[in-house]
Amino acid sequence: MNLHEYQAKALFKQYGMPVPNNLVATTPAEARAAAEKLATEKVVVKAQVHAGGRGKAGGVKLVDTPREAEDYAESMLGTQLVTIQTDAEGQPINSVLVEETCDIADELYLGMVIDRATQRVVVMASTEGGMEIEKVAHETPEKILKATIDPLVGLMPYQCRELGFGLGLTGAQIKQFGALLSGLTRLFEEKDLALVEINPLVVTGAGDLVCLDGKINIDGNAMFRHKDLAELRDRSQEDERELRASEWDLNYVALEGTIGCMVNGAGLAMATMDIIKLKGGQPANFLDVGGGATKERVAEALKIILSDPEVKGILVNIFGGIVRCDLIADGIIAAVGEVGIELPVVVRLEGTKAAEGRKLLDDSGLNLVAAADLGDAAAKIVKTVGAA
Amino acid sequence: MSVLINKSTKVICQGLTGSQGTFHTEQAIAYGTRMVGGVTPGKGGSKHLDLPVFNTVRNAVDETGADATVIYVPAPFCKDSIIEAAESGVKLIVCITEGIPTLDMLEAKIAVDRNGVRLVGPNCPGVITPDECKIGIMPGAIHQAGKVGVVSRSGTLTYECVKQTSDLGYGQSTCIGIGGDPIPGTSFIDALALFAEDPQTEAILMVGEIGGTAEEEAAEFISSNVKKPVAAYIAGVTAPPGKRMGHAGAIIAGGKGTADDKFAALGKAGVTITRSPAELGLAVKEATGW
Repeated sequence: MNLHEYQAKALFKQYGMPVPNNLVATTPAEARAAAEKLATEKVVVKAQVHAGGRGKAGGVKLVDTPREAEDYAESMLGTQLVTIQTDAEGQPINSVLVEETCDIADELYLGMVIDRATQRVVVMASTEGGMEIEKVAHETPEKILKATIDPLVGLMPYQCRELGFGLGLTGAQIKQFGALLSGLTRLFEEKDLALVEINPLVVTGAGDLVCLDGKINIDGNAMFRHKDLAELRDRSQEDERELRASEWDLNYVALEGTIGCMVNGAGLAMATMDIIKLKGGQPANFLDVGGGATKERVAEALKIILSDPEVKGILVNIFGGIVRCDLIADGIIAAVGEVGIELPVVVRLEGTKAAEGRKLLDDSGLNLVAAADLGDAAAKIVKTVGAA
Repeated sequence: MSVLINKSTKVICQGLTGSQGTFHTEQAIAYGTRMVGGVTPGKGGSKHLDLPVFNTVRNAVDETGADATVIYVPAPFCKDSIIEAAESGVKLIVCITEGIPTLDMLEAKIAVDRNGVRLVGPNCPGVITPDECKIGIMPGAIHQAGKVGVVSRSGTLTYECVKQTSDLGYGQSTCIGIGGDPIPGTSFIDALALFAEDPQTEAILMVGEIGGTAEEEAAEFISSNVKKPVAAYIAGVTAPPGKRMGHAGAIIAGGKGTADDKFAALGKAGVTITRSPAELGLAVKEATGW
């Protein structure tokens, strides 16, 4: 689950990390009041969306007066921000962060992530702050400093010193950096983060460290023990169909093709998308109905697929293990009865109760095309819908 | 021979009296797995499915001499269950549960490694040696005893491997579902090393997916350590970057972990790759010349 910058910074503050004074505004008047209240003459107004690349997309503005803050908020709130990280529609701007300015002497990068290769939490730091860190890692990997946290002892002071000196910090900054990093580590572990990034972490003219931006992704599997964080979820930033799917425990990701897919299992769902492409078609979505597929959920899954106007045909691919194919067949029949599917549907049922499922579909009198295996199923739906 | 489990493997179930534990234990017994007991705290001393129920894993292992345990405990409690199993004296832990927090797995894995225990999963279908022992949620009937070792991150794609190798008459020595999580107990390399040593396994079919670099590491391992023919498929060529495809581990992040990278690494290691999930069996045929 992603957080907004203002939410991330509030957590930083809670963990004793230095962030500029700021206020969130959801109306232009609030933005003006916030600018008046803050101590610096100039303030920064930043659109709050779940996407990076906001600066280049015009979502961040330095303003001279509260009036300007209001005007800018007026122009941004209620609109969509399109950045290099969003789709063509962009993300809705429902709030802006109004923040005090600071004088920037240097921009650093600080991040923390669970590294799969070492199976440890790893700190990453770089002098190349403000840049796209993936690019830095790719072009100049020597500029990324790393420290692996030993779960037995936690983050050690020497690791903070190694990173701090490696970043070119000196004197009191080393101590400041150590405090900041230990706060960040506690935040990461206590709140089950999957990723946290401070880019840039700035060194001010006076030599102090300040977290100028904040990106947090929380491990979705750990939400059961973070009810407070669950409340921070902003559903407006999520795809409507993906959201609806998640309410039914369905895993749905919208893509841009014409062939809707309903599959059980994440791997098989990806493989189904791949084979559609291989046969010359374009998948419209990833959809995993999961292990506990009921008739209702299958029906809902089909409705979600059908709510995408680009969909010209549907491929159902079920390899029953825990999932019983007869229940899937019931769901398909129920959904067709409810919403009246006019599009071509190719169905491949295999595994547990597959014969019973196929018979149910055959006896239903519905216009469904049965497929013998995965290759046959993909070829049939691509042929019916037409290659992309 | 097979790897990890065979007909003499004695298995207990953690979470036996729950609905998942009950259903899949019934299936395992029907398949012929030597289920010898189960664990549900507070229900020790009772019987369930005609099996003795114990309060703790250590009791269960001491009393039954179990070699392996399978975990169907809900995700919030799995860290505890895995560590309890790791400390109990069993040699193999299979964790089926999905949705375990990554930081929980990070810690549980340390306890597992420290005790020298093998963990398969979590978020996986389990392990099966056809006609001998089934630990997990896979449909037993599609399997056929044979000579292909199957290792996969995905459950239903494992079934696809099984069906296609059964249809060609090759059968499977053992199938290991390593699961779709970022921190799996058993890696591709672990599974490949087991199959490389197993006389029954004549060829290996591995199925990976986008995200992480486990397949690339496996490719390196294969080129220097595996003499047997290996065929491979990677799911997720069409997956867009930044979107998590169901499994917690399946995400292309920072331009890393794409299917193309993985295909390239495996191809370079001499693995027979197929880009079609409908040709998994054919890839084995091509790799082996059978």
